Amino acid sequence: MKLRSMQQRHLVNRLVFGLSAVASLLGLSGLIWILTVVIHRGAGAINWSFLVALPTPPGVAGGGLANAIVGTVLMTAVATVLGVLIGVLAGIYLAEFGRANRFGTVVRFCSDILMSAPSIVVGVFVYTVVVLRTGHFSGYAGSIALAIIMLPVVTRTTEEMLKLIPDRLREAALALGAPYWKMTLDVVIRGARTGIMTGVMLAVARVSGETAPLLFTALNSPYWSRSLNEPMGNLTVTIFNYAMSPYVDWQAMAWGGSLLITAGVLLFTVGARLLLGRRKAS
Amino acid sequence: MDRPFGAPVDETSPAGVLPDSGLVGPNYAETGLPAPEPYVRPPIRPLQRSRAWALRAGRLDPLFRGVTALFAGVLIVLMAGIVLELWRNAQPSIQEFGLGFLVSQAWNPVRQDFGALAPIVGTLVSTAIAMILAVPLSLGIALFLVEMAPPAVRSVLGTAIELLAAIPSIIYGMWGLFVFAPIMADHVQPMLAKYLGFLPLFQGPPMGIGMLTAGIILALMILPFLTSVTRDIFLLVPGMLKESAYGLGSTTWEVTRKIVIPYGRRGLVGALFLGMGRALGETMAVTFVIGNTHRLSGSLFAASNTIASTLANEFTEAAEPLYLSALVELGLILFLITFVVLSLAHLWLGFIARQEGKK
Repeated sequence: MKLRSMQQRHLVNRLVFGLSAVASLLGLSGLIWILTVVIHRGAGAINWSFLVALPTPPGVAGGGLANAIVGTVLMTAVATVLGVLIGVLAGIYLAEFGRANRFGTVVRFCSDILMSAPSIVVGVFVYTVVVLRTGHFSGYAGSIALAIIMLPVVTRTTEEMLKLIPDRLREAALALGAPYWKMTLDVVIRGARTGIMTGVMLAVARVSGETAPLLFTALNSPYWSRSLNEPMGNLTVTIFNYAMSPYVDWQAMAWGGSLLITAGVLLFTVGARLLLGRRKAS
Repeated sequence: MDRPFGAPVDETSPAGVLPDSGLVGPNYAETGLPAPEPYVRPPIRPLQRSRAWALRAGRLDPLFRGVTALFAGVLIVLMAGIVLELWRNAQPSIQEFGLGFLVSQAWNPVRQDFGALAPIVGTLVSTAIAMILAVPLSLGIALFLVEMAPPAVRSVLGTAIELLAAIPSIIYGMWGLFVFAPIMADHVQPMLAKYLGFLPLFQGPPMGIGMLTAGIILALMILPFLTSVTRDIFLLVPGMLKESAYGLGSTTWEVTRKIVIPYGRRGLVGALFLGMGRALGETMAVTFVIGNTHRLSGSLFAASNTIASTLANEFTEAAEPLYLSALVELGLILFLITFVVLSLAHLWLGFIARQEGKK
């Protein structure tokens, strides 16, 4: 090793310190910049009619995104029911039965890949499976696409959370004569409830901001949908369409929608973190 | 207690003998402390359920295992389903264009002539720009978080980074289109053209939107993810190792360069691949700002497209079966590219984890 003077080494150290501080500052200011822009431009667009009225053609005042808000909430809810039901059961399998066998390994691999797979490909997949078969775009197709994106997230968090439960608790329950399923449901799941809840909230936060999988499954609609079997308005695709349009008032609406979505997503994320933090504290 | 769950009990230990704990209770009379309440055994309630119930309940176990396995299988079915279904629907295009699809620049819905070269190159180039920008930045931030920042700053910055990761990509797209692209057009691109304009990369009209802008937005998008993974890897370095180096008189940077980075190097490689997998398939952040043209250009200022942005823009417009199947084939290509990158990352990380376990 080459010998360097102390001053030189301290100089290099300070230089790197400065550079990494600048990098952090850049990252942080990026967040603040984006958030202030969204809040500043979005707040101006949100008023009572924004929340309760249907979209209007460009230039007509008094429009809103009520149907899109309801559509996003509805599709996210259906996706959550589907994704959580399948995901928690799959997570139970991975943590309780599939820790070291081949089937478990393959499932784990698939869910890792699906977790980071491009969401737009999921959209194409649901288009070919659901939309082509039924012959029309629908809220159901959108919900299914969101559920597919949610599923691996819920599966893996459930697995991780169940693995945190000490094996001694499992053995204690089995020693008392509980059947395996009762032990899993009454001891393991009960102990991991908060953790699973956190995972579900993070998954909801993630899918409620998704646009790509809805583009050609739920499509979009400027009207109220009578059922999930019709194309369904949703916030993210509406934001996309409005932002790309040349009309200033539509672009303003898009900012309003952005604020709403960002607020919702961050609320869920922060909520999940608080939930997890509370558990750690207790 | 290291016995893994479900593994057979070590039968060589003598049964029924408990090791003497060696603990003797305090003499309460001597210490003057109040003696604890004597233990009173709660009354034993009669079994509320019969033996028969227990036997029947036990018989549900295979069913329980089967049901959970069935739902776990859904993930495999989905994965296989995506590949098969895309492959099947891409058939018209695969048969029409063959392997030439991958190297053709054509994209003409009117003449029904399609090729994937421009979107594939666009996907790779935008990802490359994003990685070049985001990797050093995320290393810097992670370093600052783990080694240098005071604890108060650390928690604030850590939370901020995680919130940044949660913001939906469409918000990045909006911000990129309405706020960042004008800045690029008015200030950044003219400056680049002035000082680096001799390179073909930085020539052409400064429009704001285009490959470079898309790459920068993409970098900003994957930055939080990369940072949090990198931070977790840095945190894994044993304190003892670092303390030893500090004890020998190293500066923080020397500890980082000689201890922390070499220790976490292999994990970092896996993390980079994961981040790359994300960047490759990112749709909305790119679609807003890339300009969406099917034309290869030597300049980073030019409008371009990626596979994801082509799908987002054209899928609902594709009326002809061949057009649609060409788009599906693009989706298949994107899935296969990310599949390769992500599986390499996961196999590599799994390999490292097993090696660590052996040590």
